[in-house]
Amino acid sequence: MKMRRVLAASSVVAVALAVTACGSASSNNTSSNASGNTANRASNDGAKEVEIFSWWTGAGESDGLKALIKLFKKDYPGYTVINSAVAGGAGSNAKAVLANRMQNNNPPDTFQVHVGQELLSWVDAGKMEPLDSLYQQEGWNSKFPKQLIDMVSHDGHKYAVPVDVHRGNVLWYNKKIFDEYHLTPPKTWNDVIQDAKVLKQHNITPLALGDKDQWETTMLWEDILLGQLGAQDYDKLWKGQISFDDPRVKQSLQTLKDLMSDVNSDHAAKVWQDASQMVAKGTAAMNVMGDWAKGYFTSDLHLKPNVDFGWTTTPGTEHDFMVIVDCFGLPKGVKHPEGTKDWLKVLGSVQGQDAFNPLKGSIPARIDADKSKYDVYSQQAMTDFKKDQLTPSLAHGAAASPGFLDAANKAINQFVNTGDIDTCIQQLQSAFQQNPPV
Amino acid sequence: MAMQPAEMTITQPRRARKPWTWERVYPILTLLPSIIAIAVFVYGFIVWTGVVSFTKWNTLVPDLSWNGFANYRAIFQDFRFQSDLRNLLFFTVLFVLVSMIIGLFLAVLVDQKIRLEGLFRSLFIFPMAIAFIVTGVVWQWLLNPSTGVNLILKALGLTHLPKWYVDITIVPSIPWGHIKFGLPLALLAVIIAAVWQMSGFAMALYLSGLRAIPDDLKEAAAVDGANAWTTFWRVILPQLNAVTVTVVIMLIHISMKTFDLIYAMTGPGAAFVTDMPSMDMFQTTFQGNHYAQGAAISIIMLLLLAIFIVPYLTYSLRGEKP
Repeated sequence: MKMRRVLAASSVVAVALAVTACGSASSNNTSSNASGNTANRASNDGAKEVEIFSWWTGAGESDGLKALIKLFKKDYPGYTVINSAVAGGAGSNAKAVLANRMQNNNPPDTFQVHVGQELLSWVDAGKMEPLDSLYQQEGWNSKFPKQLIDMVSHDGHKYAVPVDVHRGNVLWYNKKIFDEYHLTPPKTWNDVIQDAKVLKQHNITPLALGDKDQWETTMLWEDILLGQLGAQDYDKLWKGQISFDDPRVKQSLQTLKDLMSDVNSDHAAKVWQDASQMVAKGTAAMNVMGDWAKGYFTSDLHLKPNVDFGWTTTPGTEHDFMVIVDCFGLPKGVKHPEGTKDWLKVLGSVQGQDAFNPLKGSIPARIDADKSKYDVYSQQAMTDFKKDQLTPSLAHGAAASPGFLDAANKAINQFVNTGDIDTCIQQLQSAFQQNPPV
Repeated sequence: MAMQPAEMTITQPRRARKPWTWERVYPILTLLPSIIAIAVFVYGFIVWTGVVSFTKWNTLVPDLSWNGFANYRAIFQDFRFQSDLRNLLFFTVLFVLVSMIIGLFLAVLVDQKIRLEGLFRSLFIFPMAIAFIVTGVVWQWLLNPSTGVNLILKALGLTHLPKWYVDITIVPSIPWGHIKFGLPLALLAVIIAAVWQMSGFAMALYLSGLRAIPDDLKEAAAVDGANAWTTFWRVILPQLNAVTVTVVIMLIHISMKTFDLIYAMTGPGAAFVTDMPSMDMFQTTFQGNHYAQGAAISIIMLLLLAIFIVPYLTYSLRGEKP
């Protein structure tokens, strides 16, 4: 009897101690090494590690990441790579996990983030180290387009290394349908609307859209907006130098409203892949989507470029390149800054970019990569990338702060269902004031 | 900690005589770890969320300066949050009501001393064993306007097929704030999925309630000449009142917290016709980095829940006293 009591009492005390110990360890970050966290101690005692945080879990991109890690291990032997990829929600889950870790001063050694405001909001929060000397040392200043370097810079300092480039202003079309009804790739949104009349007579949805995740319509709108404003004024809008009640912004919403009558009525039940699939199957003729749709057409649906599907830039944007670029940087207070820098060197190298991008279906951010490793679509995109005006995407976090993007998704979702232009402009305007760019 | 005053009043007369024996210390020691953990991780963080909801922390940089009720004003003027409240109201009422009625109906059927009772019971309760996220994925396909159920309806010759969860019609559509007030038809699809999942649970509770009614009551009613319908309506149903309260409370708290079902099945929906406060809170906080506004939404959700849970707890705790 007495023995049982002693055992019970000691187990209670042990649990209580464990609970309070957890509390003190988490409240005192600096002592976490001393309090017996063996993983940390081992890594500080010479074992070389680097933790890579991303949302690259899809088919092509996870293969690309593996290829990068393989190359990294070959060039810098002795490192243990921790691949902390978080799946789901096109990166939104990963971003939630990242925000948590950053706020608890437990950053990963490096993390995936979109160039532009999404990266700069971390810079502005004082969480990133500048990489100017790394750029100098690796000679990167002349290897990436200047406009792209500007998107990873703040106050003249560079904060991240761009890895892959996707293009956002692409209109995809079903080539067989276009041939059958003698249509040519549209040059203006009015062309799209005219073509739509023909297509509807044959029971074909003119423009496929899947906006269950909301950002897809925002993306369609930003492409219309870019065509309407042109690259320079589009940039000025996001810098606050042009107001949202500019007549051209209103016109872009009017165009979006007009287009919605040519869109499949069940767009809210579909995601972007479903919309691409409609074009692939021939139930829809056109779709506006980033060029990751090309990977979906060729790898998943086994379609042939220029035979089954064709592409053109969205109307009015033929000399513009809406960039969606992933980059990696060096957060402040990481456990293995040397490992991060070595990793970044591989990411920024020609070999690194050519190992990753053909697998992901994107093009390299460097302008001196080996074109022969890429398919026909990508080769054309690489040529455009060198000469076109690069513009930041709103829907993918580059043009405006995450807070504005959330509000814009909301306003656009409301707008396509109510059609109230003035309310939408007003909401965008006040959201921009409340969530100014960095 | 909050228990202490009550404990004192009960034990006061004997307190002076009773020393701190092992029998008194042991239960306290046993409960202490859970009490500390719950105090910190549940109540502590509720308080912290409350504090954050009054701050200016609406970017990645924590800013704990006082913002008054500005975050609450902002969300209540928001088209999305107004839609959420409307959706929550209609979803909760219909989901609870329909689950209850179907649950009771199934329980009465299963209670008829039929063959294979165990099989039917398991069959009805089975959906509850599935995670809401799975239910969401399945019903997303079943009620997708271009596949699923509509293919059957089409084969049956129907021409006006329901648009299910992409229908943005609101009935009766009365202007209210920035939104139209009424039942969004898209919600019906979500309600069907939720009812499918939870009516088995209501059945299980009602079945145990039915089994607890002594046979004498039914026999006495029969002796008094009551027919089956009157017996059910006048004798059995009143006996199930306590069960009904439990069912309602359990279902209300599930419906108020609905997140995974919406996330998997419909998302916020066109014009936010299927959005819920929990979904709004998640996106506001983790995609928009509006931490303070997200916290304000959470606090509103907590208050709405408290309206139902607090009276229930007071009622049931009072009932337990000798």
